[in-house]
Amino acid sequence: MIRIPCPFCGIRDHSEFTYGGDGSITYPALDAPLQEWHDAVFQRENICGVQTETWHHVNGCRMWILVDRDTMTHEIHAVRPAHPDLAKALESSS
Amino acid sequence: MSATRLTKGGRIDRSRTLKLTWDGKSYDGFVGDTLASALMASGTQILGRSFKYHRPRGVMSAGVEESGAIVTLGTGVRAEPNTKATMQELFDGLSAHGQNAWPNVRNDVGSVLGLFGRFFSAGFYYKTFMGLPPFEWGRGTGIWMQYEKLIRKAAGMGEASRLADPDAYDHAHAFCDVLVVGSGPAGLNAALTAAQQGKDVILVEQDFELGGDFLNQTDPAAEARRIELITALQAAGVRIMTRTTAFGLYDYGTAGLLERVTDHLALKPEHSPRQRFWTVRAGATVLATGALERMVCFADNDRPGVMTAAAARSYLNRFGVLPGQNIVVTTNNDSAYATAAELAVAGASVTLVDLRPEGGGSLSEVMADASVAVRTGLAPLRACGRRAVNGVQLARAEGNSWATADTLPCDLLLVSGGWSPVVNLLSHRGAKPKWDADLACFLPAPCPDNVVMAGSASGIWQGDACEASGIAAAKTALGQAVEGPVPGGWDTPIKPVYEVGLPDQKTKGFVDPQHDVTSSDVRLAHQEGFVSVEHLKRYTTLGMATDQGKMGNVIGLALMAEALGKEIPNVGTTRFRPPYTPVAIGALAGRNVGDHFRTLRRTPMHDWNLRHGATMTDAGLWHRPWYYARAGETITEAYIREAATVRQAIGICDVSSLGKIAVQGPDASEFLNRVYSNAFAKLPIGKARYGIMLRDDGIVMDDGTTWRLSETDFLLTTTTANAGKVMVWLEELLQLRWPDLKVHVSSVSDQWAGVSVAGPKARDGIAACLEDPDAILAENLPFMGVTRTRLNGGIDCLIARISFSGELAYEVYVSAGYGERMMDLLWAAAEPLEGCLYGLEALGALRIEKGHVTGAELDGRVTIDDAGLGKMASTKKPFIGSALRQRPELLRPDRPQLVGIFPKDRSQTFNGGALLCKPGVTEGHGEGWVTAVTHSPALGHWIGIGYISGGHGDWQGKTAIATDPVRKGDIEVEIVSPHMFDPEGERMHG
Ligand SMILES: [Zn+2]
Repeated sequence: MIRIPCPFCGIRDHSEFTYGGDGSITYPALDAPLQEWHDAVFQRENICGVQTETWHHVNGCRMWILVDRDTMTHEIHAVRPAHPDLAKALESSS
Repeated sequence: MSATRLTKGGRIDRSRTLKLTWDGKSYDGFVGDTLASALMASGTQILGRSFKYHRPRGVMSAGVEESGAIVTLGTGVRAEPNTKATMQELFDGLSAHGQNAWPNVRNDVGSVLGLFGRFFSAGFYYKTFMGLPPFEWGRGTGIWMQYEKLIRKAAGMGEASRLADPDAYDHAHAFCDVLVVGSGPAGLNAALTAAQQGKDVILVEQDFELGGDFLNQTDPAAEARRIELITALQAAGVRIMTRTTAFGLYDYGTAGLLERVTDHLALKPEHSPRQRFWTVRAGATVLATGALERMVCFADNDRPGVMTAAAARSYLNRFGVLPGQNIVVTTNNDSAYATAAELAVAGASVTLVDLRPEGGGSLSEVMADASVAVRTGLAPLRACGRRAVNGVQLARAEGNSWATADTLPCDLLLVSGGWSPVVNLLSHRGAKPKWDADLACFLPAPCPDNVVMAGSASGIWQGDACEASGIAAAKTALGQAVEGPVPGGWDTPIKPVYEVGLPDQKTKGFVDPQHDVTSSDVRLAHQEGFVSVEHLKRYTTLGMATDQGKMGNVIGLALMAEALGKEIPNVGTTRFRPPYTPVAIGALAGRNVGDHFRTLRRTPMHDWNLRHGATMTDAGLWHRPWYYARAGETITEAYIREAATVRQAIGICDVSSLGKIAVQGPDASEFLNRVYSNAFAKLPIGKARYGIMLRDDGIVMDDGTTWRLSETDFLLTTTTANAGKVMVWLEELLQLRWPDLKVHVSSVSDQWAGVSVAGPKARDGIAACLEDPDAILAENLPFMGVTRTRLNGGIDCLIARISFSGELAYEVYVSAGYGERMMDLLWAAAEPLEGCLYGLEALGALRIEKGHVTGAELDGRVTIDDAGLGKMASTKKPFIGSALRQRPELLRPDRPQLVGIFPKDRSQTFNGGALLCKPGVTEGHGEGWVTAVTHSPALGHWIGIGYISGGHGDWQGKTAIATDPVRKGDIEVEIVSPHMFDPEGERMHG
C-alpha cells in the first residue's frame, strides 16, 4: 500500500487515489501538428527510478496532484498540486 | 509413542474439562490445550495422511510449521480444511476429522499408493502427460480429464464446503507508531520500550496466550518475568491483540493482520464477525517473530512419533503432556539439551544423541544429573516402525559419508537440525535474508523500510539476549542509535547436517513432508537439469504447501547446494510471499459479498417504478427499469408494446442515471468548445446541443447533450456508464492542462431526477402537468430548446426538447426529492392518452431503429467517423483529439463503419455479438460485428446495428452472413443505413 501525502488532505492510502500518468508531459496546443501530438501521447519513457506522475484524489478532495515517485521502491519524494496557482498558494502559505 | 497427561505442571486448567470429537469419537481436553495437545494426551497418534503417498502422519511440531497433524475442523458448511491441529485452540464441542484418507486416517486404503511411490516422484505430472493437454492442446483431452480426476482424488488435501460461507467477516483499520509482531521475550520488551517512550503501540500475537518462548519454560522466574512485562504493557496502554496473525508486510509500514474473533469459542456470539481483517499503518515495525526448529532428512523421518525437540518441550512444559516414555533426542546443536533434561525429570527414559563428536560441552554434565544418557558423533539414519516409531537406527559419520551404527528402541524420536529465524515478513518487503554459515541459518538483512528484527528472529538464541534485543530493536525503530546483542549464543557451535543417508538408499526421507517432497525428488530435479532454486521449487513443489516451506526450505536448499557443489548462499533462496499463514477468502472479502459485493445505485424513482410494475436490470452500478410487463406478458411482448406505444402515443422513461455535470464559469463555453468535437462556443442560452467528446488519441470517449442555462452555466449530460470517467477527465483538463480557464465543474447526477417523455402525444402529456402549459408550445420550446418552468404544485423543473427515440420527446428534470411527485403527475397525464411506462429494453429498440449509438457501439475502439458522425466534427476549430483522429490508420476507408442490419428473410432473427462475414468465408475475424439486435415494432421484423468494413455503401445489394458459431449458425443479412426508421427525422421535429 502506497501512502500518498495529499497536499490538501494529508497522508492517505493510495486506494483513495487513481493513477493518472506521466506528469512530465507538456501537451501541445490543440492546433499543434499531428506529429507533436503523436509524440506527447504515445512516446513515453518507462522510467526505472524517480518519475513525476499525476494522481487524482478521486475519493477525497478530487484534486489532481503531481507526485515524484520511485518506481522501484514506491518511495515518494515530493507532492504538489497539479494546478500551478494552487501550488504557488500552498507554497507561499507554508 | 505412548504420550500421557501429567498430573501437574503446564499451563492448562485441569479443573475445566472440554469435550471434543475426533473422527466421531469423544475425547477430553482442558482449557489451555490445542487440538494437538489434547489428542496427544489422549494417546491418539495418527492424525493425518500425507499429500501424495497417504503415509500416516502424527504431530511433528507445536506451531505454524506443522506438516503432519493437518485436519478438517467442523463439518458441513463450516468445515475448515487444512487446519493445523497444533494451532487450533481447544473449545468445548470442537469437532474435527482426518482428511485425505478413506475410510479414515487410521486405516487408509489410499496408503497402498505408497507402494507405487515412483509414480509420484518429482515432475510426475509433466512427464506422464507430456503431449497431452494441458501441456499440449489438441490430443487426448479425454484421457487427461480421466487421469486428472483420479490424481486429484488420490493426492490432495482437505475439501472445502461448496456451500456459501455462512459467517461474517469484518475489515478494520488501525494506525500506530510502532507495530510489534510476536510477544516472546523480545517482542514484549520491544513493545514496552516503545510504549514507555510515549509511543502508540500495537502488539500482535498469533497464539492465544502472550509470552512466546516464555510459555515453554518451567522456571518460575520466567513466568514471573512474563507477568511483569505484560502488566507493564497494559499499564502503558499498549493495544494487545492475541489470536491475531500478521500475515503480510507491505509498503509504507502497512501490515495485514488476521484476527480470529470467534474460532476458539464454543458458543459463537450472534452478532460477532468470525474474523477481522486489519489493515494497520505503522510508523515503525518490530518483528519478534521467533525461530522455527528444523528437522533433518533421514529415512522415514515422517513416522508418527518423530517430532522436533522444541515441540516436545512445548507439549511437556506448556500443555502438561509427556509425549513419550522412551525417548531418543537427536541434535546437532545445544538447544535440545534442556529439553532432554526436562523430559527425563518428568519421568521419561531419555537418550541424547549428539551428532557433534565433542557433544555439548558443559551441558553434558547437566545431562548426567538428569540421568540422560548421552551418545555423541551419531545421527539418525532411519526411523523404525510403520504406523508409529519404535526405534531409531543410528549412523556414524565416516569421512563424507555415513556408516550404519546401532539401533535404539524408542517410542518418541526428537530431532533438532538447527533453527531458522522467521524472516518471512521481512522477505515480503523484498529484503533478501543472508546465510550465516556459523549459525547455519538465514539471518535478516537490513531492510530499507523502518522494519527491525528482534530476538531469535534475528538469530539470537538465549532468552536474556532476546530481551535485550527487543529493547534495542524498539530504540532502533524509533531512530535512536543503540547496539543490540549479536546473533548466536550457543557454547558449542552447531554442526550443520541436513541429510543423513547411505549412498544407495531407496527409502524415503522427507524434505517437505506436507507436500511429500523427498530428498530423492530434489536430487532427481537436479539430475534433470533444474539448477535454479526457483525451478527446483516449481518442479518438485517443495515449499509450495500451505506452510510455504517453513519446515523444508532450508533442507531443500542445502541438498541442492550439495548436488551443485556450491555453498548454500550461492544457490539462492526463494522469496516468501504473503500470507505467512493461510487467510480465508471470506476474510479478504469482508462484508463485500452478496448484495454488498458492489455499490448499488437507485434512481430517485426506484420505488415508484417498482410500484408500477417495473422489472429491474443492472446497468453498471445502477438498477434501472428493464420493462413494465402487464399481466401475462413476456419481456419480448412487453418491450415491443412499450416501443410501439412510444411511436403511437406517449411513453415515460426514467433516465435519472445519466451523468450530469454542472459546468460553470466565465470560460465555460470556451472549455466545452475545446472538449467537444463539435462547436459549442456559439450555443445560445436556452438551447441544448448533442456533443461527442474524443480522447487525446482521437477515439470517441462519450456523447450526450449539453444545455446552456445562462451565459456562464451549462448542464452537461453523459452516458450512465461514463459519468464518473467524464467527470475525472474534465477535472484533469482544468487542473493540469488549462489551469488558466475560469471554469468549475461539479457532479450533479444525484441532484436531479430525470425522465424522458417521448411520443406524438408527449407535448400534450407534459402540458397537462405544467402551471404554464404554453411553456411547452412548439414556438416557445422548439427542437433542442431548454426552458425553466414549473410543474403543477410549484415544482421547479428544467425541460429540454431532445430525442433519443426519434419521436417528439422531452427530458424533464426536477430536484431529486420531487422525482416521485413528477412521475405521479406525468403518469396521471399520460395514462389517459393511452401511454405507457417504458424501460431499457424498449429504449434500446427505439434507438436501434434510429441508429443512435450507445456504449455497445462506442466501445473505445471507434472513431467519430466509424460511428457515422464524422460530419459533426468541427473543421473550424481544434479540439481534444482533433490532431490524432487524423492518423492515417484511423482514416482508412475500409475501417468498420456503423451500419443497420436486416435479416434477408425478414422472419428470421440473429444475435448481438455475431460476426459479419462474406458469404462462404465464415472463419476468422470476419468483416465486422453486430453490436445490438432488437425486434422493431415500427418495421415489423428483427433488426440490428453493428460495424462492417467499408460501411453500408460498400455492401449495398450484397449479402453478408451473421455467423454465431457458439449459439446458432449462419443467417444471411442485408447491410443497410443505420437510420432504419424515419431517416429524415420528421417525427422528432414535429
Ligand atoms: Zn486530497
